[in-house]
Amino acid sequence: MELNQYLEMFIEESKEHLQACSEHLLELEKNPDDLTIVGEIFRSAHTLKGMAATMGYEDLADLTHKMENILDAIRNGKIKVTAEILDVVFESVDHLEEMVFHIADGGDGKRNVQETVEKLKRIESGEPATMVAEEKLAQLESAATMVVEPNEKTFLTAADLKLSYDDFEKTVIFQSSEQDFNAYEITIALREDCLLKAARVYMVFEILEKNGDVIKSSPTVDRLEEEQFDSEFHVAFISRESSVDLHKMLMKVSEIDSVIVNEIHQDVFVTKTNAIDVQVPIQDEVAPSANDVSVPAEKQKTASNTNSKSSGHTTSKTIRVNIERLDILMNLFEELAIDRGRLLSIANEVNHGELNETVERMSRTMGDLQNIVLTMRMVPVETVFNRFPKMVRQLSRDLNKKIELNIVGAETELDRTVIDEIGDPLVHLIRNSVDHGIESPEVRRSKGKPEEGTVELRAYHSGNYVFIEIEDDGAGINRDKVLAKALSKGIVTHEQSLAMTDKQINELILASGFSTADVISDVSGRGVGLDVVKTTIESLGGNISIESTQNVGSVFSIQLPLTLSIISVMLVEIEKEIYAIPLSSIIETSIIRTSDILNAHNQKVIDFRGKVVPLVFLEEIFEVPREEKNDDGFHSVVIVRKGDKLAGLVVDSFIGQQEIVLKSLGNYLTNIFAISGATILGNGQVALIVDCNALMK
Amino acid sequence: MTNAIEQKNLKVIVFQLADKEYAIPVSHVKGIEKLMHISRVPKTERYVKGVINLRGVVTPVIDLRERFDLPISGNEDTTRIIIIALETMEVGFIVDSANDVLDIDATSIEQQPEVVGSLDEDFIAGVAKLENRLLILLHLDKVLNTIEK
Repeated sequence: MELNQYLEMFIEESKEHLQACSEHLLELEKNPDDLTIVGEIFRSAHTLKGMAATMGYEDLADLTHKMENILDAIRNGKIKVTAEILDVVFESVDHLEEMVFHIADGGDGKRNVQETVEKLKRIESGEPATMVAEEKLAQLESAATMVVEPNEKTFLTAADLKLSYDDFEKTVIFQSSEQDFNAYEITIALREDCLLKAARVYMVFEILEKNGDVIKSSPTVDRLEEEQFDSEFHVAFISRESSVDLHKMLMKVSEIDSVIVNEIHQDVFVTKTNAIDVQVPIQDEVAPSANDVSVPAEKQKTASNTNSKSSGHTTSKTIRVNIERLDILMNLFEELAIDRGRLLSIANEVNHGELNETVERMSRTMGDLQNIVLTMRMVPVETVFNRFPKMVRQLSRDLNKKIELNIVGAETELDRTVIDEIGDPLVHLIRNSVDHGIESPEVRRSKGKPEEGTVELRAYHSGNYVFIEIEDDGAGINRDKVLAKALSKGIVTHEQSLAMTDKQINELILASGFSTADVISDVSGRGVGLDVVKTTIESLGGNISIESTQNVGSVFSIQLPLTLSIISVMLVEIEKEIYAIPLSSIIETSIIRTSDILNAHNQKVIDFRGKVVPLVFLEEIFEVPREEKNDDGFHSVVIVRKGDKLAGLVVDSFIGQQEIVLKSLGNYLTNIFAISGATILGNGQVALIVDCNALMK
Repeated sequence: MTNAIEQKNLKVIVFQLADKEYAIPVSHVKGIEKLMHISRVPKTERYVKGVINLRGVVTPVIDLRERFDLPISGNEDTTRIIIIALETMEVGFIVDSANDVLDIDATSIEQQPEVVGSLDEDFIAGVAKLENRLLILLHLDKVLNTIEK
């Protein structure tokens, strides 16, 4: 069956289901007794399993199935939710995500999840996840021997099994015994001084594969080949050979210390399941006592329930559209907009009543259409924000901190292109807040703060901008420390530092080569990071500022343009060429006399409202061919700004302000000096957009 | 381009540049346009004439005469811009005129150009002889690569 056409849909939906799983798991962590949440997770997992199995991704389906078992047990009250169990489920979800990404990248979704599977199984059988398999089985031994009498001494009991088997492997063993094959579990110990462990492993496997089939090995074959084991390994093996013969054959491999061949009887597995049944009632007894403790949690649950209702599962009707198609639509629309301009001017010339009316009506319709096309590319920031709760949870566990992440305004919409870029900078900033901002519980207690730190992630619209803020109630920025560090690293000079405002000092942490964490941790603080954040945000046409009060907390505030595809510009003319200067960097325009221009170190400057502003002659920068100099004694100057610095761009004349559609110059022309892109004007010609930042050092 | 040559029959667009005829596989040609307004882009190679508005897409244009160091001519009525798509790039070539669409037999293409005049041999993927015509097949990668030599 041709499944490729469904692949994209499968990947998208899998991601959605996994996201739903993560979200509900986080919720479950807060309200461990709310079985409806478990039900939600179960449904997501179940759908995922079904889809994965249909698409033939066995590993994905298998792991989901294991996870589902646990969820089912929780749902039926067989297992109590604990942080430990959730950890393992989170781990599984992570694995599943990796698998889906692998599939999305064209892989087969295979992944070694042995360890997680083991943990899941242990939980399923009601054992703490961290306990090793042997111990667990040893515990079960008494129960096991009571239920089933071992047929023969040489057969293993459940307690002796070195390996654990999943359903598939069990089935293989069952079937092999029906066909007169024997199943063995072989333990091979290499000599301590063995030099070529991988080679010996290879020889062992070669012998085994000649005489039967290896079902499973522990550690896995891959790890064995990389010598990632001590000296002993276990192999599950089916063969017609007798155990004595196998033993003899294997002992021929040199440097082997001992070989133990045990036959596995299928009854062993029956025993195991029985043993689990025995275990269950004990847990039920524990459950009521735990319930008593969790009364406050119950209240919390009702509170959050009302919350989740209001934020709502308002399922709106949507269809998936490839972003490329939207881009094409946008392009076509722009073409239409250009033709509209032409049509308008023709209609004006002809001055025909009906024509004018029609053109006018068309213009109005196109205005509406433009709004729709533009908003279609808007995506809620939720798509970026929704991965943070899990990240913060993991970080706070790694760092032994207690942190609550609040997300406000996740429904705020941003242009798709901005959304794609903003994820990484936010990760950096949140990590920074969690690692450097929020103190450890002990320190917080000594400062008289609640043990649990709060990080709030906010997004909201304001004017033509979207603001994203990350606020923490942590230590704040230690300005003396920052300044001392900046001085020692040569980022600022002593003279500069004296004139700096608190805000400027705070923003020093965004300078490259800066890291104040005394201990470099895994989470953040390799000295790169925050400066990358700053560069990324500036390249998106936004900016970042920091407010911080020591011991109270910090706010990182990012200001981003609503959309990158449409910007306001000032059109200017130089000779016959038209350039566009982004309005966001313009302070004002003015006309100056030639006599106002002063010379300072070969640099022409003007005195602009008491400030010395250097002049940049765009004509020279852009090497505009000019037929004859016309100096009428006046110059048109656009005053632009980059940070605190000003510059005056000298042009021939101003044309006016206009909303334009930003276009790239394509992949052939890249890195053109002082040009950030292009746009198409009403007359169909291309105008270049001036990159003011490049003109100022 | 070498792949295209190995095929049995190659469909090409033939265009004129100075006194020679050149060919580009039709698979790389997105369209042929009449000369339109070109906006100059500062600080680029001298043969990059600027950018045009190709139905809403800003497309760079290079003058093949200048690219091949041929004498510069004024624009005629026949002057055309051939839009080339190569990998992710779209570029327009200014040529004297676009003459023909031809099927050429792969066997008539010779890999080793002998007499190529002033044209840098790097740009040439092969030469096809057709009755009384000689077509020079361009190596588009090389033509578009600005940092060769």
